[in-house]
Amino acid sequence: MYHIISIRDFERRDLDYLLDLAQEFDTGNYRPRMLEDKLVALLFVEPSTRTRMSFAAAMARLGGRWISVDSVEASSIVKGETLADTIRVLSGYADAIVLRHPKEGAARLASEFATVPVINAGDGAGQHPSQTLLDLYTIRQSMPVDGINVGLLGDLRYGRTAHSLALALSLYGTTLHTIAPGGLEMPANITLELRERGMKVIEHEDVQEVLRDLDVLYVTRIQRERFPDSASYYNVASSYRITPDLLAGVKDHLMILHPLPRAGEIDPAVDRTPYARYFEQARNGVPVRMALLDEVMR
Amino acid sequence: MSRKDPSRGLLVSPIRNGTVIDHITAGEALNVLKILGITGSTGECLSIATNVVSKRLGKKDIVKVENRELRKEEVDRIALIAPQAKINIIREYQVVEKKGVEIPKILKAVVRCPNPGCITNTNEPVESTFEVREKGLRCLYCDWLIKDDIANFII
Repeated sequence: MYHIISIRDFERRDLDYLLDLAQEFDTGNYRPRMLEDKLVALLFVEPSTRTRMSFAAAMARLGGRWISVDSVEASSIVKGETLADTIRVLSGYADAIVLRHPKEGAARLASEFATVPVINAGDGAGQHPSQTLLDLYTIRQSMPVDGINVGLLGDLRYGRTAHSLALALSLYGTTLHTIAPGGLEMPANITLELRERGMKVIEHEDVQEVLRDLDVLYVTRIQRERFPDSASYYNVASSYRITPDLLAGVKDHLMILHPLPRAGEIDPAVDRTPYARYFEQARNGVPVRMALLDEVMR
Repeated sequence: MSRKDPSRGLLVSPIRNGTVIDHITAGEALNVLKILGITGSTGECLSIATNVVSKRLGKKDIVKVENRELRKEEVDRIALIAPQAKINIIREYQVVEKKGVEIPKILKAVVRCPNPGCITNTNEPVESTFEVREKGLRCLYCDWLIKDDIANFII
């Protein structure tokens, strides 16, 4: 049985295969209603808009159906049911389970108790492999991923999308530039792991130091709840805001990505520049998740 | 009535049957017992010597467990904190088997994950599981890496 749990489980050829498959779905090169006899369970024990709806959209486009838990409050989780039990029960209802959970390692646990494939749709500060695949897919639409300079800006400590993406990029010989507020730097064990995988990781204090060298700037949300008060949040957040002025002199093909939702990290005026690719990135969630659903349930 | 000269008495007497764990890193005897799941209430007759003079280690600890022969997978768990330890299986006062310890590749229910957000620190029916790597122990659920102070996280 094929689960999608962590980018660590993938080799480069696996990622390339899934990205090629997503390309096929994106260009309409697939059999309509190919999952019409399939049912997927969307178990989201944490809020989500894009991930949940794009999995539902992907399933619908493949002719399949889905069942979902819309809120934790409305489920047996509030009665103290373990995730292990919930997963065993859902395995009897659906052909695959898509799980979003606040605890790290939840998807790995789910895969041990499930009798159907599990797709990790984000587990705490851990992994978010489908997001990483759509990030890579978006980059690959414009340039080869190999050897590029990628900047990661924002909350790199708790931001699971940043961790997953960095691990995937380490398979492509990219150079990683990290720019994070004090206290929200990339965890040392992840930086160590990236370097062990042969990746060049350069830490910067200020995005302006490196912006002109970048091919991709990946911005993540600076989460207000990580700061002791709103004054210190605004102080930090304002120094990590991408504005059109800041983009003067960048490479023509610079691509700005953001997993969304954004708080204030990217000035809406940037949306009108050719660098802004985050809405296209969000749209790519559908073909990428079509590929994942097809792959695990085929 | 005659009394034995106390200076000639043995620090810890030999055991008739059981296991002697020798060459434990000095000061780790209690952690060794903890890893083996031996507490004051588990019934085994125990002798513990700590900071005993050792030619090889300078100082060492020794643990003797009577009437219990520890299995290899049990003793391998102590390799984490006492990699030099030697296990002697005793029958009728004789050493019938002597072996070193090997660090296993996977540690199940030995070490608690220090990450408070890890799923293994909840009421889920799973045991903490760590992969032993050169750089430390990696949680197979949340990928947390324990590099030092492993004894602090022993369950």
